[in-house]
Amino acid sequence: MPDLKFSNAEPDESERLLIDALVDNPPIIRHSERVVHGGVRRAKDVRHLLLPGLHLLNNSKGWISPGGLNYLAESLRVPPAEAFGVASFYDLFELEEPEGDGPRHHVCVDPSCAIAGASSYAEHLRSQGHSVHESPCLGQCERGPALFVQARGSAPIDMSSGANEEPQFDTTLSNKLLQRFGNVDPTSLESYRESGGYQALDRALSLGSDEVLKLVTDAGLTGRGGAAFPTGIKWRAVAEHHGPQKYVVANADESEPGTFKDRMILENDPFALIEAMTIAGVSTGCFKGWIYVRGEYTTAAELLTSAIEQAYDAGLLGEHAQNDSYSFDIELRQGAGAYICGEETALFNSIEGFRGEPRSKPPFPTDSGLFGCPTIVNNPETLLNVLEIVLHGVEGFRAAGTRESPGTKLFCVSGDVGRPGLYEAEFGVPLRVLLAAADTPSSEIRAVLLGGAAGSFLGPDQLDVPLSFEGAAASDATLGSGAVMAFSKDADFLGIVSQLAKFFRDESCGQCVPCRIGTTRQHEVLLQIDSTGPNSKQRNLLADLSLVMGDASICGLGHTAASAVQSALREGLLGEPYE
Amino acid sequence: MSNDHVSLVINEQPVTVGAGTTILEAAQSLGIAIPTLCWAENLTPANVCRLCVVEAEGARTLVPACSRACEDGAEIRTDTNRVAQSRRMVLELLDSTNDLSQSPELQTLIDEYGADSSRYTDPATPEPSPKIEDDLFIRAYDRCVLCYKCVEACGEDAQFSFAISIADRGFDARVSTEYDVPLPESACVYCGNCIGVCPTNALQFKTEFDLREASDWRPEDQEVTETICSYCGVGCTLELHTQDNQIVKVTSPADHSVTSGHLCVKGRFGWEYLQAPVYRPPSDP
Amino acid sequence: MFGAGGGTSSYQEVEETDFVLLWGSNARTAHPIYFHHVLKGIRNGAAMYAVDPRLTDSAKFADAWLGIDVGTDIALANALAREIIASDLHAPEFIQHATTGFEQFAEHVDSYTLDFAAEITGVEAGSIKDLAHRYATAESAQILWTLGITEHHNGVENVLSLCNLALLTGHVGRWGSGLVPLRGQNNVQGGGDMGALPNKLPGFQDVNDPIARKKFEELYGVALNPRPGLHLTLMFEAMSKGELSGLYIIGENPAESEADVQRARTLLEGLDFLVVQDIFMTRTAEMADVVLPASVGWAESEGTVTSSERRVQRVRAALTPPEGARHDHDIIGDLAECMNVPWPARSPEELWDELRTLSSMHRGMSYARLEEHQGLQWPCPDNDHPGTTYLHSWLWEEDLGGREPAPFSLTEHSGPKEALSSEFPIRLTTGRVLDSFNTGVQSRGYRSPIRSGSDLEISPMDAEHLGLSNGEEVVVSSPRGSVKMTITIERDQPRGLAFTTFHFPELVDLNVLTNDQWDPLSGTAEFKAAAIRIDKLTGHDRA
Repeated sequence: MPDLKFSNAEPDESERLLIDALVDNPPIIRHSERVVHGGVRRAKDVRHLLLPGLHLLNNSKGWISPGGLNYLAESLRVPPAEAFGVASFYDLFELEEPEGDGPRHHVCVDPSCAIAGASSYAEHLRSQGHSVHESPCLGQCERGPALFVQARGSAPIDMSSGANEEPQFDTTLSNKLLQRFGNVDPTSLESYRESGGYQALDRALSLGSDEVLKLVTDAGLTGRGGAAFPTGIKWRAVAEHHGPQKYVVANADESEPGTFKDRMILENDPFALIEAMTIAGVSTGCFKGWIYVRGEYTTAAELLTSAIEQAYDAGLLGEHAQNDSYSFDIELRQGAGAYICGEETALFNSIEGFRGEPRSKPPFPTDSGLFGCPTIVNNPETLLNVLEIVLHGVEGFRAAGTRESPGTKLFCVSGDVGRPGLYEAEFGVPLRVLLAAADTPSSEIRAVLLGGAAGSFLGPDQLDVPLSFEGAAASDATLGSGAVMAFSKDADFLGIVSQLAKFFRDESCGQCVPCRIGTTRQHEVLLQIDSTGPNSKQRNLLADLSLVMGDASICGLGHTAASAVQSALREGLLGEPYE
Repeated sequence: MSNDHVSLVINEQPVTVGAGTTILEAAQSLGIAIPTLCWAENLTPANVCRLCVVEAEGARTLVPACSRACEDGAEIRTDTNRVAQSRRMVLELLDSTNDLSQSPELQTLIDEYGADSSRYTDPATPEPSPKIEDDLFIRAYDRCVLCYKCVEACGEDAQFSFAISIADRGFDARVSTEYDVPLPESACVYCGNCIGVCPTNALQFKTEFDLREASDWRPEDQEVTETICSYCGVGCTLELHTQDNQIVKVTSPADHSVTSGHLCVKGRFGWEYLQAPVYRPPSDP
Repeated sequence: MFGAGGGTSSYQEVEETDFVLLWGSNARTAHPIYFHHVLKGIRNGAAMYAVDPRLTDSAKFADAWLGIDVGTDIALANALAREIIASDLHAPEFIQHATTGFEQFAEHVDSYTLDFAAEITGVEAGSIKDLAHRYATAESAQILWTLGITEHHNGVENVLSLCNLALLTGHVGRWGSGLVPLRGQNNVQGGGDMGALPNKLPGFQDVNDPIARKKFEELYGVALNPRPGLHLTLMFEAMSKGELSGLYIIGENPAESEADVQRARTLLEGLDFLVVQDIFMTRTAEMADVVLPASVGWAESEGTVTSSERRVQRVRAALTPPEGARHDHDIIGDLAECMNVPWPARSPEELWDELRTLSSMHRGMSYARLEEHQGLQWPCPDNDHPGTTYLHSWLWEEDLGGREPAPFSLTEHSGPKEALSSEFPIRLTTGRVLDSFNTGVQSRGYRSPIRSGSDLEISPMDAEHLGLSNGEEVVVSSPRGSVKMTITIERDQPRGLAFTTFHFPELVDLNVLTNDQWDPLSGTAEFKAAAIRIDKLTGHDRA
């Protein structure tokens, strides 16, 4: 514990109680008046409680008061300036006392929700006297305009809370990953087991870790978060480290505009994620898993919390689980409104109680990840595939999809479509077929934004692109997270593209110059373009910004921040197309 | 090839270096200059300014020379058009945002790379307002390029005081105390190690600030003398910057084994008694 | 230590050691840049334990803090030694090879059981045992100390007790292991090296060694007094006996810095002739018959100073001194000429080169080499020598480098000379704060935003017991006098202990309170332990 200086700001009684309950293993132990144990290491061990502590404070009063923050910082021995730096990083935390006692309404204004009438909805809420914050994508694109409410004195709530509507998913094209959706009670471990749950783990245990690693590798499973890195290579790299601490992280910080698949997995099939993480753990020698859920997915977090508890109670998690077959723990962390925390190293920093700024790679997470230890990071969708592979083998898995992209994929279809929702399809399905399944005639489509804000626009002549990694790449596009946003001829493309640019400007962590300033300048240029489209000076500027962000930024956010803008220009969505 | 050495090629020149050597260090050993801004020899590479990017064969994007370790068999180019374009844009973006008038090295690079910040219409910029909260130093954050050096020097790279951090996010990110409280209320111990590492003069001695305000800051008339601080027995090397027989600021060499460029409040600021016009009894107020 | 008057280790070693034992030193505050090296060590994985009556800023970085009673260091050190021996964690081969007196030592410390030490020091036996085991089993370990060890009536014995621990475990004479006293001023080490000790010639050569003396006599052309002189404390003794009537003081402010300062002032006033050479018109200078204004050593003069890692470094003139102020060596040189003594070498470099012919440990340190190497660490006997990073590697050599083995020392606990009493029930100890220096004549010159004044820090329990509140002005008395002070309640302060700084004599004439009981071996006064009483102000005091 450095000789930190704390302020004189005092917490109120409720803040003090919340923090005292959180910090059960304080970094300073006063054995007596004459012997104190402390040190830098003890403080490091508890710092990961900073983010949960900030949530507690913000939820209790609707903002984080100087007294509350000071007390939290002192309890964890975090420098107050750093605690403030962390708190101010996240959109969901308020550091000034809000006016009025009412809840804060976050209304999504990103493209799909804009089409669904977000601006008039926001206006409506304002007219009722509510405090409204225009939010980036809330991951509820199938039922926009999306709303997320932070009330004082209670946990925030999302749209799934108390919703009676049936979840909008479609299994007509394929039904593997979604097979339990609607058939299994997500609040009941018993229901999950009755439908075959935990058979994959049993099989994995009987196969042994080498065999599981071989299966995952041979199946050709790749990451479904956007980067499509081979999962088997990742797992094997971590399995080959023999240090005492290694981690499995489920990255459920799904924040890519137009993406809601992981939310639906967590809300409909939470035990599957827990089972798959356990398989990852026992197969690679990791004893601890973390699930990082974005802060706006409150229903998913509740279901997961309950699911984890049930798994512990049933002896499926914890030390010496299942009659000492393995040891595996899972801890849940909630984000607090920061797209960048979906970047794996930013996610590590966020869990560890630091600002969610991406780290320089190398070192890669498989060598030095969470808390500096070897770490597997997988998306929930990726992990769900592991159950399929373990149960049905390499051939069973490869029966679907293409040679380079085996298996099925979840697509999040939204925008100007007949039936927005989550669609499972084999890799390689033509875009046109997917759109048709969503009751969207191709003739109505002017452009499809494939892969979210970080993806690119495809024109009407590209609707036959096969939705596989190699197929998208051949069209200079990316599947990304599986977001498919369709836009009709009537769409305001300049507005949409400017909004995407604003998204990156707002969500840049601010660490590196190309992204911090580049996203800002890109947004400024777009705001200056009139209906005749960009002039050559503006085009050149956008091209130069695209180049420096794509080439010199630290992480994927900057690398892709100009992708949609450039593809819109190429596609002629903002005026005359050019090459 | 042994495990503790790697061989690579930079601009077609082969070089063998110790494992862990950065591309920047390897290039320097060949006499190849790579510009840097957020890098400093006495700090952990923050790796944020991206001015030092170079092309590595096989890498999808450019890589930062300051922090990337050399890999065996790597082929590095520091002189391509692609590299120059990115550097030009980094400089242009900084110049469109910050007052770089007190950063002669950046001005030189801006000219060299042909960065033209006049291309941006009405760019957002930070507010030009120097914070003057004490008699020792000022903070002019419109000159701050967010290189993270001051935060590192205040934190684990030297001082462990953690008085400042980066707050907020994106373009609004800034160096700040908790709730922006004034420095004297913060954990600041006025070691001035932040000033010592600031590359743009956003942080400067109050003496320098006052002389600049009076249009009397004359670097060409200044001398730098190395001596040893008298305030304790550690033996810190001080660089006394003098103008007209007055100390105007104090630094320490970053490559010195005793200080690594860092000082304490007494070494950095405790010289004022020398400037007294006459030697007075200390009991005089 | 073991025949050489300097810290054994380089700063860099504490960055690479496994265990740091910080004992009686608040380096975070008093030696901030040295503490940067400690912090690098901690960052690299070193464990740190702190022994100090107060939970200092330095101790806050420690894995464990042991808050011993003031003046109980020997009891703790001997108990650590006993525990190390009893648990068979000592280094028998090293002890056999490089030391003498182990058997007697083991017997001597046998009475210092953990429980005994716990009773004396106030620290639980379990924590003492823990420290003993951590220190003894570390791969490498350093003990660092400052005036918390030396400013006692038995300061030298305190140091010897720490040396015993290093000998017992072999934590000396190797990279990363050693004993490091941190010096308070930039040339405390250099002053000693240059013979500014009553019994030493430059290079730690004994005044009473005729062979050493002969070198100097031949060069100076005069016969040197073979008898050791007086150290500062003995000078005051001599003044009080009327044996010393004239004094020439260079750069020292005893009229404010001496313990029991009222006595010191009376003695200075009683001198027949007082000359003060200083850069300030200090309180001492005000009492002088002749004041010789000097230039500032580190900014207006050329020369060298020596640091706590024995690194000799150059100081240089950056400023022209004010009119009339002259370099110390010019003043002394002119005085010498006035006394008809020839003074051939006059420039600082010429003086230095002369020294190099007389002191072998400095021989390889030309100005050019000092410049080239960022200073050099003694011993540096010739022009090709790189300097010496750590001392006493001979302890590990087969023939001990031809030297005698290092002896264990037998030391006994004896608490502060001034015992607490019902009249003076609170222990007062003193120390530095970050932004100030000694009696403040220099540090007062800049406008520090973190200056905190000279409050008396006491524990919350004592404050409650005495009915005192934060910021209250009180009268503080010791058997020697009384001063008014302001109370600060310090949460981490142990009961019965009061702390203050000594930087603001113009605000609080603190050394009125401190005890001038001194160590017969070093002459250092017991600044660190006085007995005091704290009284609320009466109407009379306020007036």
